[in-house]
Amino acid sequence: MFHLDWLNDRFLIAMIAILHVLINHGLAVGFIPYITWLEHKGVRNSPSDQITDKDWDHTAYRMMKVAFIITTTIGALTGVGIWFSVALVSPASIGSLIRVFYWAWFTEWLVFVSEVVLILIYFLTWKKANGSLRSKLRHIRFGWFLSIFSWLTMAIIVSILGFMMDPGNWKTHHSLLNGFTNPIYLPQLAFRTPTAMVVAGMFGYVLVMLFTRRSSPLRAGFVRSSGKWLLCWIPLSLTGAIIYYRAMPAAMTANISVAVGTIEFQQYYDLLKYVIAGAVSLVAIIAAFGILKPGKVRLVMVIIPCVMAFGFLGIFERVREFIRKPYVIAGYMYSNLLRKEDYPLFQQDGILKYATYTSTPEVTADNKIEAGRNVFMLACSRCHTTHGINSITDVFERMYGPGRPLNENAMAAYIPNMHEGRTFMPPFPGNKKEIEALVAYIRYIQQTGETLEGAQTEGVIVNRTNNTETTQIQK
Amino acid sequence: MFYLLQVPVPRDIPLALPLPEWLLIGLLVISFLLHIVFVNLMIGGSILTLWAEIKGLKNKEYDTLALEIARTTTVNKSMAVVLGIAPLLSINTLYTVYFYSANALTGLMWISIIPLVAIAFLMTYLHKYSWQRLHNNKPLHIAINAIAVLIFLFIPLIFLVNINLMLFPGKWGTIHGFLSALLLPNVFPRYLHFLCASMAVTGLFLFGYFGRKAYPFEVHFQQLTRYDIKRKTYSLTLAASVTQFLLGPLLLLTLPAKGMGWNLIGIILSGAAIAIPAMWWIWKAISGPRENIDRHFWKIVTAMSITVLFMGSGRHVYRANALAAHKMRMKARTAEFEQRSATARAKPVIEEPAIRIAPSPGDITKESATSPMSTPYLLTMSIILLLMIVVQLVRLSSNILYLRKDRRLRTDQEPPN
Repeated sequence: MFHLDWLNDRFLIAMIAILHVLINHGLAVGFIPYITWLEHKGVRNSPSDQITDKDWDHTAYRMMKVAFIITTTIGALTGVGIWFSVALVSPASIGSLIRVFYWAWFTEWLVFVSEVVLILIYFLTWKKANGSLRSKLRHIRFGWFLSIFSWLTMAIIVSILGFMMDPGNWKTHHSLLNGFTNPIYLPQLAFRTPTAMVVAGMFGYVLVMLFTRRSSPLRAGFVRSSGKWLLCWIPLSLTGAIIYYRAMPAAMTANISVAVGTIEFQQYYDLLKYVIAGAVSLVAIIAAFGILKPGKVRLVMVIIPCVMAFGFLGIFERVREFIRKPYVIAGYMYSNLLRKEDYPLFQQDGILKYATYTSTPEVTADNKIEAGRNVFMLACSRCHTTHGINSITDVFERMYGPGRPLNENAMAAYIPNMHEGRTFMPPFPGNKKEIEALVAYIRYIQQTGETLEGAQTEGVIVNRTNNTETTQIQK
Repeated sequence: MFYLLQVPVPRDIPLALPLPEWLLIGLLVISFLLHIVFVNLMIGGSILTLWAEIKGLKNKEYDTLALEIARTTTVNKSMAVVLGIAPLLSINTLYTVYFYSANALTGLMWISIIPLVAIAFLMTYLHKYSWQRLHNNKPLHIAINAIAVLIFLFIPLIFLVNINLMLFPGKWGTIHGFLSALLLPNVFPRYLHFLCASMAVTGLFLFGYFGRKAYPFEVHFQQLTRYDIKRKTYSLTLAASVTQFLLGPLLLLTLPAKGMGWNLIGIILSGAAIAIPAMWWIWKAISGPRENIDRHFWKIVTAMSITVLFMGSGRHVYRANALAAHKMRMKARTAEFEQRSATARAKPVIEEPAIRIAPSPGDITKESATSPMSTPYLLTMSIILLLMIVVQLVRLSSNILYLRKDRRLRTDQEPPN
């Protein structure tokens, strides 16, 4: 198995996915209408004998260029990156999902290809369109339609996301409509739409400060426009955030009856309140200030609200993580990538016996630590590291007192029941001997500080009871 | 030594394929070829840009040529990346375990594709958009593109290592990271074959791009003529194709025997045979009279496309041959495991497995969504209505803008709607 022992495997996915959402929402879904609006303004505010205000139009073009470059490079690649990282970290779950949701993703891909082509056309025809009034207006109209299209893309993707988190019946409901009826779907859309606009406006605000000269009328115009744009969307974004915030506990209950009330979720939920209030008011202040005193705005003043706006959008992405636990596919596969229905077999014979790669098909007195390491890799390593982020030794030290040597018996007694108290944890899959090996290993790594390398550096050892020869016999 | 020879037999994902297998294979082969053609253009384009810009240090016209090629590369690269998703999805579906195992074994390098390609793309933009600003600092400007080219040359190697490694489950137990997988036989012949194809495809593309009537050639170039460029791009395609006739057999010879078969040889030879007339037409075009250079262009494109289709299919046939036996074993293993799991489920040995089944969570959702049928319907209708309103608003605002403008701007044009 691929394993990052310091960074944590899940963290890798989260990093890539959140970056992707920020770019997609902020720099595509929200940014295109914002820029089209500015382009429109340029034509409207120019003298009647000119097609558009050249400086204004050029500035808007340069802003679009930044967004265009970022979306077609980092934006596109992080989109692919989600696939890459999930396939590395969570192959069994994504492999299963793909068999059921192939069409949903294929549709998403088609929509995505069209969106990229349209963005390319919009950006690359901008300068040429300035040749005549008619083509300029056509370009602006194209911008508006592109805005609608990218919003629709987002609406579809949010539904696919909701669809995959739908509990239990993930294999029976193949219709995409199921995604739209998910209780969290509309609140999500109500939040994502205006917030994308706010993030785009804030990002544009920063670009304005970079691309225009201080105290020029051009800057004043752009600052005022961005301020108006932001003030128009902030109330909606705040309302959306509150709706989403309220819908969360309901979604949690609906999705997994056991997950409500975990400490982590409660902490996150409390923190969220302050983030909403802080980000929204900060953006509102800088927007209002820009409208009243456009000449006084400085670059440093807009950077923090911009970061806050991105953070505001990003922090909501964590909800998904809570909704899923302890499953990766609700009711079917736990977050350790083992199927719920195989649990009786694993508890009877152990997980090592059926592993494709393990140096120890069975736990013996001689190989206890090594077998424990293999059990850890198979059952724990998707979420835990040895000493890095969400480290297994830390988790136990927090329970039994930091720095104290861990007690194997206490851990061995605790593990079979941990999913009762910590409902976000899947039950331990293996048999009794494997628990003993695992706790011996955990204590061993606490003492030695030994780390665990994944298959990408260490390679794999084929289970000697589980290879071509043994399969042929049973065939 | 005994352990090294062991071939792992993983369990497959015990779920049916979402589509008939032949259809998925068709989607995989076709979408992969679409993707790879744009990748070819992106790599070939960036290499030619590098070449032309260096040549442009002495002759300004080549500098212009470099910029013109660079302009196509940034578009082609966007297409390359988005078109890559469909084959990725399809290979994930068809060869789930094989592909993921290869990914995991070369994990760090595999995930590095993401940041590396992102950097390369940013470099191509930086290169394209800093053309005027850095015209006094050519070494730096060329270096920016050189970095992109180096990354572009490296990325296919990572992909090839993975695609190659997935074919040989017997080697999985011996691999320790990317470098050891790189040394498996056949990676480098495949790589060279791919690079050569990139040059051939790019040559053909640029012939069409610079040769088309709508391209304002004379605006950009004074000394170079359309004919010069056409001849050069055709020559490139021809040279690259001839080289392919040397690299192809080398590739075929170094392929491990387990995937070989007469079906494969048949497909590859037919593909190669179709390329021969295309090469002959190119030869006639570049050695014949100037006015006849365009004569066979579409025939050449068609023949070459068929060749590419055959080679792409051959690539798949080899994979199918190579994995057929192992797939059977994996199927047996999966069935056996499912059987055991079912037995254990029916008769749990441990008192009561410590799993509790949540009280049918599906029902709870159904309750929370007031009426599952009417909600999506209402939603769809309101979205359509909203869209219609927005479209009308856009038209209206466009008309208002139009009317505000001076009569002179409007005269020679019709109203926008």
